[in-house]
Amino acid sequence: MIPPGTKGPRLAALCLLGVLLFNYPVLAVFNVAGTLFGVPVLYAYFFLAWAALIALMALVVESRD
Amino acid sequence: MLQGPVIVLTSFAYLGLLFAIAYYADRRADAGRSVIASPYIYSLSLAVYATAWTFYGSVGRAAVNGVGFLPIYIGPTLVIALWWIVMRKILRISKQNRITSLADFIASRYGKSALLGGVVTVIAVIGILPYISLQLKAISNSFTIVLQYPEIIMPAKLGAVPLLQDTALWVALILAAFTIVFGTRHLDAAEHHEGMVAAIAFESLVKLFAFLAVGIWVSFVLYNGFGDIFTRATGDPQLKPLLAPLEGVAGSYSSWVWLTILSMLAIMFLPRQFQVTVIENKDEKHLNKAIWLFPLYMLAINVFVLPIAFGGRLHFPGGNVDADTFVLTLPMVEKQEVLALIVFIGGLSAATGMVIVETIALSTMVCNDLIMPALLRIRALGLTMRPDLSGLLLGIRRGAIVLILLLGYMYFRLAGEAYALVSIGLISFAAVAQFAPCVLGGIFWKGGTRRGALAGLLAGFAVWSYTLLLPALARSGWLPLGLLEHGPFGIELLKPLALFGVAGLDQTTHAMIWSMIANIGAYVGVSLMAAPGADEHRQASLFVDVFSQPDEAGGARFWRGTASAPDLHDVLARFVGTASADEIFREYARQRGVRWPQEPLDADAALVHYVEMHLAGAIGASSARVMIASVVKEEALTLDEVREVLDEASQVVVYSRQVEEKSRELEAASAELRAANERLKELDRLKDDFISTVTHELRTPLTSIRAFSEILRDDPKLALAEREKFVGIICKETERLTRLINQVLDLAKLESGTAEWHDTRVDMRELVSEVVTAMSQVFHDKAVRVELRAPDGVPAVYADADRLKQVLLNLLSNAVKFCEAGRGRVEVSVSGEAGRVRIDVRDNGPGISAADQAVIFEKFRQVGDTLTEKPQGTGLGLHICRQIVERHGGTLWVESRVGEGACFSFTLPVAPSQRAAAAARVA
Repeated sequence: MIPPGTKGPRLAALCLLGVLLFNYPVLAVFNVAGTLFGVPVLYAYFFLAWAALIALMALVVESRD
Repeated sequence: MLQGPVIVLTSFAYLGLLFAIAYYADRRADAGRSVIASPYIYSLSLAVYATAWTFYGSVGRAAVNGVGFLPIYIGPTLVIALWWIVMRKILRISKQNRITSLADFIASRYGKSALLGGVVTVIAVIGILPYISLQLKAISNSFTIVLQYPEIIMPAKLGAVPLLQDTALWVALILAAFTIVFGTRHLDAAEHHEGMVAAIAFESLVKLFAFLAVGIWVSFVLYNGFGDIFTRATGDPQLKPLLAPLEGVAGSYSSWVWLTILSMLAIMFLPRQFQVTVIENKDEKHLNKAIWLFPLYMLAINVFVLPIAFGGRLHFPGGNVDADTFVLTLPMVEKQEVLALIVFIGGLSAATGMVIVETIALSTMVCNDLIMPALLRIRALGLTMRPDLSGLLLGIRRGAIVLILLLGYMYFRLAGEAYALVSIGLISFAAVAQFAPCVLGGIFWKGGTRRGALAGLLAGFAVWSYTLLLPALARSGWLPLGLLEHGPFGIELLKPLALFGVAGLDQTTHAMIWSMIANIGAYVGVSLMAAPGADEHRQASLFVDVFSQPDEAGGARFWRGTASAPDLHDVLARFVGTASADEIFREYARQRGVRWPQEPLDADAALVHYVEMHLAGAIGASSARVMIASVVKEEALTLDEVREVLDEASQVVVYSRQVEEKSRELEAASAELRAANERLKELDRLKDDFISTVTHELRTPLTSIRAFSEILRDDPKLALAEREKFVGIICKETERLTRLINQVLDLAKLESGTAEWHDTRVDMRELVSEVVTAMSQVFHDKAVRVELRAPDGVPAVYADADRLKQVLLNLLSNAVKFCEAGRGRVEVSVSGEAGRVRIDVRDNGPGISAADQAVIFEKFRQVGDTLTEKPQGTGLGLHICRQIVERHGGTLWVESRVGEGACFSFTLPVAPSQRAAAAARVA
């Protein structure tokens, strides 16, 4: 089912990581009062985690097998 | 600057620019130099996902519930990571089967069913209309707001506009014109619209630029950075509920999850996304970069949503300015006319991009999967006999484009006011999510059948209509509101917003849960009830096993019947024109090595399949099926026959794999043989060398023995002293001969591996001193001093003691041989080091040059010139020594410099049981 190479499984793993990062238990951890660089923690978390996920995806896609 | 004429002129200038870009790209494509064949353009074209909904609506949603807008963008980011697996497959299938739209894809998968294609088309059109009307609403609203400058007045407060003064109508008509020009310029078997894609990519840049511009201005000019905005928001009691900790994200965690799933499906199954991702794709590899570039685009366009939302609410505390318009009204109220104009154009680009691609996708579906199959089946029209149908096809598409846009406009006029932007968009998302089970099931599960797909789609669509569309109509006043409050006929269990009493969920989550249960349940259930027919079975295997299909002609093996090439050419020419049909036939002939049209083409299964695929690229799979069937005599394959073909194919695959494996094995074996042959040749050469050297070495002593024996025989008067001297020489030469022969035998045994070894535990100190003692007479004779250094505690080795003695004797006699008589000195030392025992034999002779060091361990190589000097040994000793040492797992080497003596050393591994102890001692 999965095409040969390691990129498919790695990207699938990143998808699962994303599901974990942007879902109930983890989100609740960051859903607290307080700020990071003046931005509420939850909002800052969303964008930082999102950017990190994209960076990892780029890393996997652009890497040589 | 924000007067009516300026705005209208700018808008037209912008649309004119789009025309220019699209025109240029189309010209380049005709010249064969595509401008869109780049992963960057491809990624930007995917950003057609960001519509006016993103541009205006995200801020609106953020201003109401904080992060509620985010799942719409995070969902696609997550699912796009799976595209490597899923979308690559869809792309490959679509290219092999020349799919023209999402409806075509589904119809083609389930046995080229025209009925299924029609149902998908109807669902798509009904589901997407609100979404198109949303874009028209956004354009019209933003235009109305900008016109009121410098006042800030919401369009709702201005009352109804007469039909002909309504900007939305004119926008709809202009967009229809654009779409017709670039979406239906000509009928193309590949269904690519390069000009349209180039324009869309450009629009993606414009909307991103505009949104970033207003975001940066709000965050860093209007306020002092993010921190400033959030600090002020904290002080505002009205904004308190939007700041963490939230009661749940996006209202509640469950709606967060469902919104994420919804957007995951939408990014794949919105007709416009399918169009840009699959149909317009030029190269499968472009997907790779898009996997991270497209999420990056979504991240960039969302960074400033929250600052603008909070900035807007702080700026307009009264709540009389709609949050959906903050992006536009903030620059206006601050008198930033240029920025406001940029934002207006950005919003325009977001809306137009979506409308253009969506209408092209929908019109292709309506034409290929709804109207054409129906018309072709009505025999009375005789369409299958008409000479040229391409005009009719284009006419249907153009009509469909105008119709869809006008319907979208009507929805906007009649129902659009009841909802905020985001709610309208979500209704459409939920509609296209109904395609997910039959598409995803269709590419991974061969068991899905046409009836199953039909049942799933209809069930899901029915639930969607009941739980999302019906309430929308009721709220717009088309149906009594009592239906929502008390359920139909007062049956509380059937309330559209709380089906079967499930309340407490938001509307979208509620609709998604029920529609997905109905859809997946019906799809799987009905599929399992009856086995698929022959057509379905064939298509299922073509789709699911796409990566193991031989090539595009993979479907040809399922066809049996008789056809004629001219008929096939005719039917193709009727849809794509004679010139294109000629080109397609020439290409086919080239592949076959036939000079067409001079030579006739065989109208075999491959040609029929080839023509059908190209026809499908123009009119969709089900219509193509009908057309081909009208010109050829087919024998329908039974299910068993299809199975047989599939089995054959899989057998062939198995055999070819076996053959491949065999040939790999053969290759490896022949490589081994070649290597062995090389080695044998080398050995043969060595043997020849060896024999010639040995005979040479044997001849030297033999010659002198013979010479002296002849003297003794021929000269009886020889003096006794002379005689004794000669006999002595003969004895010595004989000894040398014996030694040489012994060593050659020894070597032969060592090299052939037949030598006998008697390994025992050997104490090297004992052995060395024994040998030195045995040699003491030799040392004494030549007056060479010998020193033995053997400290206590040297571990034992496991070796053949006699062989080691042989090595030591050889090394010592060499040392003595090369020492100057009287001044010579030989040092022998034994030491233990890291699991090994080391023996050094050092002399103070003339030393060995580096060049000689390299060769003295080879056979018959001696230091010095053997031609002029009398050889002092056989030239085999060191070679044998090295063989013996290496056999014991040790190494033998020499260190020397000319004039400074030589040191021969060898090491042997410590006997196993002592190794650990020795290691501990060294450590």
